[in-house]
Amino acid sequence: MPQPVVELTHVTKRYGDVEAVRDVSFQIDAGEIVAMLGPNGAGKTTSINLMLGLRNPTSGTARLFGLDPKDLKARSRIGVMLQESGVPGMLRVTEIVDLFRSYYPAPLPAAEAIAMAGLEEKARSLVKDLSGGQHQRLYLALAVCGNPDTLFLDEPTVGMDVEGRRRFIEEVAALAARGRTVVLTTHYLEEADQLAQRVIVINQGRVIADASPAAIKSQVAGKRITFTTPSPRDESQFDGLPLNSKVVDDHRVRLLTSEPEQVLRELFRRGVELHELEVAGADLEEAFIAMTQREVRV
Amino acid sequence: MSAVAARMRTAPVLPMLGRQAYAEFLKLLRVPAFSVTSIVLPSMFFAFIGLGNAKEPLFKGSDVLFGQYFLASMALYGVANVMVLGFGISLANERGQKQDLLMKSTPLPAAVYFFAKALSALAIALMSIVVLSFFAAAAGGVHLGASQWLTLGARAMLCSIPFIGLGFALGYLAGPNSAPAVTNLIYLPTAFASGLFFPLQLLPQFLRDIAPYLPLYRAAHLVWNSVGVSYDDISADWLYMAGYTVAFFLLALWAYRRDQGKKFN
Repeated sequence: MPQPVVELTHVTKRYGDVEAVRDVSFQIDAGEIVAMLGPNGAGKTTSINLMLGLRNPTSGTARLFGLDPKDLKARSRIGVMLQESGVPGMLRVTEIVDLFRSYYPAPLPAAEAIAMAGLEEKARSLVKDLSGGQHQRLYLALAVCGNPDTLFLDEPTVGMDVEGRRRFIEEVAALAARGRTVVLTTHYLEEADQLAQRVIVINQGRVIADASPAAIKSQVAGKRITFTTPSPRDESQFDGLPLNSKVVDDHRVRLLTSEPEQVLRELFRRGVELHELEVAGADLEEAFIAMTQREVRV
Repeated sequence: MSAVAARMRTAPVLPMLGRQAYAEFLKLLRVPAFSVTSIVLPSMFFAFIGLGNAKEPLFKGSDVLFGQYFLASMALYGVANVMVLGFGISLANERGQKQDLLMKSTPLPAAVYFFAKALSALAIALMSIVVLSFFAAAAGGVHLGASQWLTLGARAMLCSIPFIGLGFALGYLAGPNSAPAVTNLIYLPTAFASGLFFPLQLLPQFLRDIAPYLPLYRAAHLVWNSVGVSYDDISADWLYMAGYTVAFFLLALWAYRRDQGKKFN
């Protein structure tokens, strides 16, 4: 049987009184592209840190390629992008890429790593002169320069604009297409949907779903009703409707329901003014909101 | 089997150490606030204090000239300054910017990282000695025999080693904002109290009482001795330096573990 890349077995992580991760078990096999999805503070970053050996589990075990995640042999096979980590500002992009390449047994040529991250034009720049999005690209170059089997990307597109994010997703998808294992955390739900074959949904330190994006959508098996209304915050107009979730921003109301016909019939009967009405299948975002809200209510 | 073994290996350590030391050296050199002050400050002090009476005897009847004494003092001041401030402040800054977080997730062994940092600081320290020596010889007319020059350089570099440990410890104990203040607060007065700027005979009695316990005082004996100041026995000074080396490195190790425990436990 092939060795799993990541293996978490009944892992719990406690910081003082806070349980950031509670009894989490799963494994990730070679070649999988896995998105860990959850709201801020759900335990995504802690989970990644446990997989990488940057944190020790309070109980349970974490393994990387069957080894202690701190083992340099295991670390020689991974590339990592972390949230809020820093790099020396006074080195040039090529210098720091060459430095990181020296850590790995079979690195890529520096120019190739820099090109993969789309940083060719900034190769001679000092790191401190890079923009926020370029910093993220540098972190990607550093993550791939060791030619790792597996990439761990913690919130990789934070600080990028829409265009940058689109390009970044294409690049990661290209890396994954070449047989690499990719584990990423995100709260950009469309990223998970576009990239991953498998989505692990985490909320309050627990895994509440672990399936393909399609399966997660079908779990909700509902429809999304979107419309604008002059008085969106009038709660009484939605009383007693069979809703899985309700989100109101500005004038736009988004309802998720398994019985869209009944909800619409009831809204018309109550005389609620509806403009720009849309009814569509739920996407991952709705599924996610429904799942986490249900979790909160329990 | 061989495919698995091929995948389970790590990079060779020596090229890694070379790259890391080079990167650490560039990082230090490209911060003028550090590199310029480290390399130029000892020569500047020599210009301000040493030049005027370089040719005077150190005290009445002494064979040693003030210029020779002050050259040795500033060589020591310079190298220890690089270690304490260079390490203390740069490490504290790097921790403040969470540079250690990404490094920690790579297969770079911690020992290689520290050794590379030490090598790069030693290189800067050597540069400060060379600049100072040329300046003192050219502008101050300080004369030393060839073996005296070499002994002075070697002893100053050796004496910088315990201060590597002290710099590491300060880098892990002080925050990024307080590090410059804390290190200067410790370093400048100790340098003064050890007699690096003025011979101890001119200092108040309470400083003369403290001085023998200060690491810079012990190191100063060794460098002054190399330019001709004679002492009955300098083996006690070597022993003290060895003791300080062990003590400071233990302190550094403790501070490092404490920091890592907080961050990565």
